[in-house]
Amino acid sequence: MNRRQVLAVTAALCAAVSALPAAAQQQPKLKVGLMLPYTGTFAALGNAIENGFKLYVQENGGKIGGREIEYFRVDDESDPAKATDNVGKLINRDKVDVVVGTVHSGVVMAMAKAARDTNTLLIVPNAGANAVTGPMCAPNIFRTSFSNWQSAYAAGVVAAERGHKKAVSITWKYAAGDEMALAFKEGFAKGGGTVIKELNLPFPGVEFQALLTEIASLKPDATFAFFAGGGAVKFVKDYAAAGLTKTVPLYGPGFLTDGTLEAQGEAAQGLLTTLHYADGLPNEKDKSFRLNYVKAYKLQPDVYAAQGYDAAQLLAAGLNGVKGDSSKRAEMIKAMESAKIDSPRGPFTLSKAHNPVHDIYLRKVEGGANKYQKVAVKALADPATGCKM
Amino acid sequence: MDLATFLIQCLNAVQYGLLLFLVASGLTLIFGIMGVINLAHGSFYMIGAYMAYALAPLVGATVGGGFFTTLALGLLLSIAFGYLLEWGFFSFLYEREHLQQVLMTYGLILVFEELRSILVGDDVHGVAAPDWLSGSVPLGDVMTYPTYRLFISAVCIAVALGLYIVLARTRLGMMIRAGASNREMVQAMGVNIKFLYRVVFAFGVALAVLAGMIAAPVSSVYPNMGGQVLIISFVVVVIGGIGSVRGALLASLLVGLVDTFGKVFFPEAAGVLVYLLMAIILLWKPEGLFRQG
Repeated sequence: MNRRQVLAVTAALCAAVSALPAAAQQQPKLKVGLMLPYTGTFAALGNAIENGFKLYVQENGGKIGGREIEYFRVDDESDPAKATDNVGKLINRDKVDVVVGTVHSGVVMAMAKAARDTNTLLIVPNAGANAVTGPMCAPNIFRTSFSNWQSAYAAGVVAAERGHKKAVSITWKYAAGDEMALAFKEGFAKGGGTVIKELNLPFPGVEFQALLTEIASLKPDATFAFFAGGGAVKFVKDYAAAGLTKTVPLYGPGFLTDGTLEAQGEAAQGLLTTLHYADGLPNEKDKSFRLNYVKAYKLQPDVYAAQGYDAAQLLAAGLNGVKGDSSKRAEMIKAMESAKIDSPRGPFTLSKAHNPVHDIYLRKVEGGANKYQKVAVKALADPATGCKM
Repeated sequence: MDLATFLIQCLNAVQYGLLLFLVASGLTLIFGIMGVINLAHGSFYMIGAYMAYALAPLVGATVGGGFFTTLALGLLLSIAFGYLLEWGFFSFLYEREHLQQVLMTYGLILVFEELRSILVGDDVHGVAAPDWLSGSVPLGDVMTYPTYRLFISAVCIAVALGLYIVLARTRLGMMIRAGASNREMVQAMGVNIKFLYRVVFAFGVALAVLAGMIAAPVSSVYPNMGGQVLIISFVVVVIGGIGSVRGALLASLLVGLVDTFGKVFFPEAAGVLVYLLMAIILLWKPEGLFRQG
């Protein structure tokens, strides 16, 4: 390339660049920051959430609230130690309009803090830490998934309803485990049951045999367990191998049997769990969502995909309320707060603390699916303990 | 706690301890005899578990299945793998500092984990126990004990006996022990010490792989499963005395007991009790329970 050509190209580039703002004046792209786990144990969950989010955008011609989308992706590796830096990349470097994330409860706490400090709009599509819509709640923080309290409280209600009086709870000793065990106790007590012993082991240990023996010797009417991933697989298998499934029925939040059924196999059959999503839900939205998802990704959607889809829906509700002008923050938040989301899980609204008020379903494991049985608790709202808003 | 429950808990403790021994014995052999700190040992356990998951359908398709065929195939592969690994990496480490050994073996962990992620993915998988072992034995009136766990214990005891006989009663064992205390002298006596070390390393790897393979049906296979096992194995090796197989056996049983009863009686402190045990034993006997041998 000689000098004249270089000059010509440079001039052309300059012209193009200077022409850009003019063309984009009416429609600047909406900057969406996706902070999700793309590697590590939760990688599949992160991808499902992103797929769900993008499916909604796709269904609406690549736009949300009339705005085209520009994505910024950060892999949070489910590492709380890196969370502040990672969310900083999206907020300070990329200057995104909204952050969507994440899966891990520890990481989300750092994100919520950053969102509060910088007044960035945050939509949480999974992490269930009660605090996000409790003490950490803020006008600019929303959640489209669940709080830990909701899923476990419903399990307590169901266990009491089925005539159990004495129960033992078992979980890992960490924040989510404690929140789940406490919520179960509350739901169970409301139906007249008592938790006679709260067992736990260090996270993420999987040597359950001693505690299973303890359960057998306590002879409760029911057991409540919360584990996830590899721990859930091993616990359910060990529980069955110890012969306890027949004598002491096992209950848990849906995470005990979600995405783990292939590995749990025979041991999980017939287990009852509670969650805001299930296979075979009797609503049309879910059927079309599943169909479109399979068409787009050649994969079956799961609860995480649905939560990602709803995150996009909630954002759309807000933007539609201000005709795509995200600078009208207060009105946009008002529109999001009053949105009625037509979710695959069934329609839901948001509580004052910005957490979904949704039906929790009772599901039963049949084959490789968590089959819908009935609504366990109708329109359950998180108590939002500690939220001042 | 009534007597029956207490006895079942003892059984749990012994069973857990024996499985720990299977992993830790390989580590103590490599650590004690060759002087290499091998952080990648947990990865061998992980590789074993994933082998059990991946090989079973393969063996089923070619020779019509068979639990022992799969085990044997896995062991052969792991011995070959260990042999190659010693030739390619570990043989360069003997003269180096511990820091360099730690760096390289830590690097190996990352490589193995990433390979696993690429080859098998990050999902949790279950491995089926063979039909003839999938039953359970009734214990007390509410509880049953899975036969497969008893089988694991039996295998561990057999391996412990085998190790003892080889190390204490055979010529090979004599050479290994001699090589541990004075490498140059053994070489001067005309023993091919390089080859000897390679064999020891390969068997150390095979022990960890065996542990992973037989533990897979009860533990299922999942990412980073090697990490947890590695830490507790190092605790066992340090308590037992570095390089002592006898010490490793005793230490595993001790750790099994403390862990099991700790979870039952002091659930709040269950996470630290094992490390407390290690600290106390090191205060009392800084070299561990047994000297090498």
